[in-house]
Amino acid sequence: MARSWRSNPVVLVLFLQLCLSLISSSLAVSPGSADGYTIHGRVKIPPSLGVKGFAPYGKISNIKVILNGGQSVTFLRPDGFFTFHNVPAGTHLIEVSAIGYFFSPVRVDVSARNPGKVQAALTENRRPLNEFVLEPLREEQYYEIREPFSIMSLVKSPMGLMVGFMLIVVFLMPKLVENMDPEEMRRTQEEMRNQGVPSLASLLPGAARS
Amino acid sequence: MGVASMAIRGFLLLLLFLSAAHLSFSLYEDQVGLMDWHQQYIGKVKEAVFHTPKSGRRRVVVSTEENVIASLDLRHGGIIWRRVLGSNDVISGIDIALGKYVITLSSDGSILRAWNLPDGQMVWESFLEGSGSSKSLLSVPTSLKIDKENLILVFGKGSLHAISSIDGDVLWEKDFAVESVEVQQIVQPIGGDVAYVVGFVGSSHFDVYQINVRNGELLKHNSAPFSGGFSGEALLVSSEILLTLDSTRSKLVLVSFQDGEINYQQTPISDIFGDSLGTPVLLPSKLPGFFSVKLNGAVIFIRVTGEGKLEVLDKVNNVAAISGAISISDGQQAFGLVQHGDGKIHLTVKPTHDSSADLLKESIDMDNQRGVVHKVFVNNYIRTDRSNGFRALIVMEDDSLLLLQQGAVVWSREDGLASIIDVVTSELPVEKVGVSVAKVEQNLFDWLKGHILKLKGTLMLASAADVAAIQEMRLKSFEKSKLTRDHNGFRKLLIVLTRAGKLFALHTGYGQVVWSLLLPTLRKSETCKYPTGLNIYQWQVPHHHAMDENPSVLIVGRCGQSSEAPGVLSIVDAYTGKEINSMAAVHSIVQVIPLPFTDSTEQRLHLLIDANQRGHLYPRTSEAVDIFQREFTNIYWYSVEADNGIIKGHALKGNCNQEAVDSYCFESKDIWSIVFPSDSEKIIATVTRKLSEVVHTQAKVIADSEVMYKYISKNLLFVATVAPKGSGEIGTASPEESWLTVYLIDTVTGRILHRMTHHGSQGPVHAVFSENWVVYHYFNLRAHRYEMSVIEIYDQSRADNKDVLKLVLGKHNLTSPISSYSRPEVVTKSQSYYFTYSVKAIDVTLTAKGITSKQLLIGTINDQVLALDKRFLDPRRSLNPTQEEKEEGIIPLTDALPIIPQSYVTHNLKVEGLRGIVTVPAKLESTTLAFTYGVDLFFTQLAPSRTYDSLTDDFSYALLLITIVALIAAIFVTWVWSEKKELKEKWR
Repeated sequence: MARSWRSNPVVLVLFLQLCLSLISSSLAVSPGSADGYTIHGRVKIPPSLGVKGFAPYGKISNIKVILNGGQSVTFLRPDGFFTFHNVPAGTHLIEVSAIGYFFSPVRVDVSARNPGKVQAALTENRRPLNEFVLEPLREEQYYEIREPFSIMSLVKSPMGLMVGFMLIVVFLMPKLVENMDPEEMRRTQEEMRNQGVPSLASLLPGAARS
Repeated sequence: MGVASMAIRGFLLLLLFLSAAHLSFSLYEDQVGLMDWHQQYIGKVKEAVFHTPKSGRRRVVVSTEENVIASLDLRHGGIIWRRVLGSNDVISGIDIALGKYVITLSSDGSILRAWNLPDGQMVWESFLEGSGSSKSLLSVPTSLKIDKENLILVFGKGSLHAISSIDGDVLWEKDFAVESVEVQQIVQPIGGDVAYVVGFVGSSHFDVYQINVRNGELLKHNSAPFSGGFSGEALLVSSEILLTLDSTRSKLVLVSFQDGEINYQQTPISDIFGDSLGTPVLLPSKLPGFFSVKLNGAVIFIRVTGEGKLEVLDKVNNVAAISGAISISDGQQAFGLVQHGDGKIHLTVKPTHDSSADLLKESIDMDNQRGVVHKVFVNNYIRTDRSNGFRALIVMEDDSLLLLQQGAVVWSREDGLASIIDVVTSELPVEKVGVSVAKVEQNLFDWLKGHILKLKGTLMLASAADVAAIQEMRLKSFEKSKLTRDHNGFRKLLIVLTRAGKLFALHTGYGQVVWSLLLPTLRKSETCKYPTGLNIYQWQVPHHHAMDENPSVLIVGRCGQSSEAPGVLSIVDAYTGKEINSMAAVHSIVQVIPLPFTDSTEQRLHLLIDANQRGHLYPRTSEAVDIFQREFTNIYWYSVEADNGIIKGHALKGNCNQEAVDSYCFESKDIWSIVFPSDSEKIIATVTRKLSEVVHTQAKVIADSEVMYKYISKNLLFVATVAPKGSGEIGTASPEESWLTVYLIDTVTGRILHRMTHHGSQGPVHAVFSENWVVYHYFNLRAHRYEMSVIEIYDQSRADNKDVLKLVLGKHNLTSPISSYSRPEVVTKSQSYYFTYSVKAIDVTLTAKGITSKQLLIGTINDQVLALDKRFLDPRRSLNPTQEEKEEGIIPLTDALPIIPQSYVTHNLKVEGLRGIVTVPAKLESTTLAFTYGVDLFFTQLAPSRTYDSLTDDFSYALLLITIVALIAAIFVTWVWSEKKELKEKWR
């Protein structure tokens, strides 16, 4: 009976660890009771990711592990381990909910035929897991980073462009005029004089051609 | 010409690039709280345990009906930490062990967890196995130690477990499931090594098991028959006496089981109370040496003397709640009692040894919108003069939580808001002439100063103090919380109905409660034992009389859970929160159909369908009937019978054939029905378009200047069915035996416009229907990932109208009327993508005119809300879009939908226990308001295509001003220069 096994869970886990040592060290599915299995796993947040301390948004105590879209929800122990009890044989989905990190959901196959044999794979990139240690794929930054103040950003702003345009007109245009060939200059001026005062008619494309 | 078009094209591309760069909603960290607010709640408190050490933070640990465990600060009621358990992980017991762990028993007594008291970190978790089902009982004895380990006794699933409180190891267990005993109590006399498990076998036997707590060994088992039969309730009076009633509820039965020997002692109730007619109810509070019985509305305290005699101590009227016993100084115990009277609540604390004396008697004024007291928890403290002081935590009828101390309410929490059922919005009153706004607006100097500060902020010149000042200025903007309508339509009232039957009006500015009303029709009464609120509808939205008439909302509820239960209706003024009208026990209500007609006072007509498929028209005026009769033949509706797999269409037939003439009652007839084969399809989701949605244009111009016409009909119904085997949880079905079929059905004619099967997929299905498309989320078993699919439906019959020649010759059908009866020629386009997360709710942004592009708001399993541009769910996406398609904004096809962290509208917050998302258009076309509710509430403003029609909050007026000044200065300088230059020229 299952009950008698439970009386000595430590031995059971050790035994399983022994069985699974070829596959993994911490991936474990144990026949917990007659109608289900137990999935053991661990969530690990590498310190390299949490640059600003352990976790930027919340502590490990806020992390939830969710089986099959909410069928059962569990929390992490201080060492990051979690357990789901009474899981029937089949293919399940485990999601880790942690603010600040992106975890891929994990596909877990619990086999009824040979108990203890499990397969787990990340569904996002189909990478199989040898150890049932879930690590975030990346950190999530929820805010846009404000760019530090620079002259460029000021220049690029609409107002900056306005000032810049004005400066160009004021200082560069006269230079352009100066560099012009005096002959050509005179001709242009003459042309302008010939045209006289620009009227609305002269602005129209048809009139201008004539 | 060619150059110009190239330039325009380039410009468009640039625009597109600019807009594509901001595909996602994004927020800077310092903008948090500017447009959004977040409120955290816990739900109705079930149990509370105080933790009041002599030094350090005093707190109370509570478990709630929303499956939340929370530690609250006793000083101000703030949440120190909070854990939200899964939805089927119902908490049945909570206690504190070793002074540092919070112990919770949940999931019918099968999961025991220990949480660290200071920070809520889970320390250990134990899974308790058992084969039966039973009451779950948690007992954390303070003195029970085995080898220096403190024991926790748990009874659950028919087994008794002893668990070490340090690491959660199960030390021993004893199965009672085979004994078929219905265990009532576990008794652990102080100082002993034995525990008693007592319970009933059937209704006529009482059993006692004496168990050695060191090893779980059964020491003694006794069973004694009782001729009268038991009523089933039981109350522990002392460590060896149990009190119960006989099956006729006319006798009190004392069962003493000292040393496992069972003795019965019966006392007829009439002997104690005289000849009273009522049936007594035992009140479940643990009071040592005596018990309380509720009889005819009064509570009677009865002491059990040593010889098993019963002695009436006191009779108290109007008792609302009784607390458990707490121990006060020198071994004495006390309990608290709350009574109601003349608008106040009276808190009395009595010592258990002498209930005629009062340790404390206080009267507290109470807001009558909080209803009656449901629960009270008492805690004592030592005052400076060494006398006992008491504080009481009370749970009210509206689910709020209050702390009373020294005759006053120290703090209160509106935890009813953790269980919102439905939401509608209401406009605020128009600003009246005469009420000057100018008074409150800042003067010019302040305005300028504010903008100079802002400018400093943008130029990164601001000091830390300046930054704080800017932030405060932005957050405390008075504009946001005004109780009048604003030009942009950002200020609104969110009217929410909670499970407790209370209506709250929340201001969208900061989420403050404007008014609240405990609905009289949804309160427990003699005629309505189990009232439940169902929905809220807009009853009256005045436009023509907006100045002098207030809008109102209709609240629909019913007395009881079944759909046959009589309904209750209330109409409440949205500005004042006063009930205008109410109708109780009208008829059963299965469906409420707001009709698109209003009467002369702008009250919307509603058709309420009862369980007999009769329609009842509201408001009950002759004018409403006249309007209704005019549209009589144009009213169709449908009903979904998910259990039988039938969808039916209905129309009206005529007035009801009843004895009493009721001109507001109408018979209906079935006009069509769709029966899904029960062996292969089971309805799991149905979605329609929102009635309030506005569609800007029917035409959609696609890349090669072609036009497609959206098939826009308000009568489309999306139905999803799964194979019966795949209707369970993930992991219960194999891909071969599960499939998902989706339908688009016209609800007027019952015609199936589209049908599609996803093989190897299963539910749950979450869907949203908008314009001419539907997006749904489901689980793909083959890939073992979630998927989202989109179906777009286009009207083919209008497709040839784009021919200019035909238009000129008048051979088009643009003027042909659109009819719901006609058979439309439609084409559908569909595409599927992977989506990472499980989903709890999906909604779509709504804007005032429907011009702004749409975003999907997806409530993920992580309790966050993701804004996903609809362009990612466009069935015309392809792997290599052509140049024209790129210009149109078609994104190259990817197999998965992107999850961009910046597009979480909830940024780094969680809406714990997320249940629903509601979007409301603002008056400003670019902006929509989104309200997310669950255990927490979150509100924000969204601009799916950026705020193209208004300046952002960041806009720096000061910079604009400086630029203008600089330009003017430059003009002057250059003018002077040119003057000088000219002068020089002339001198030359």
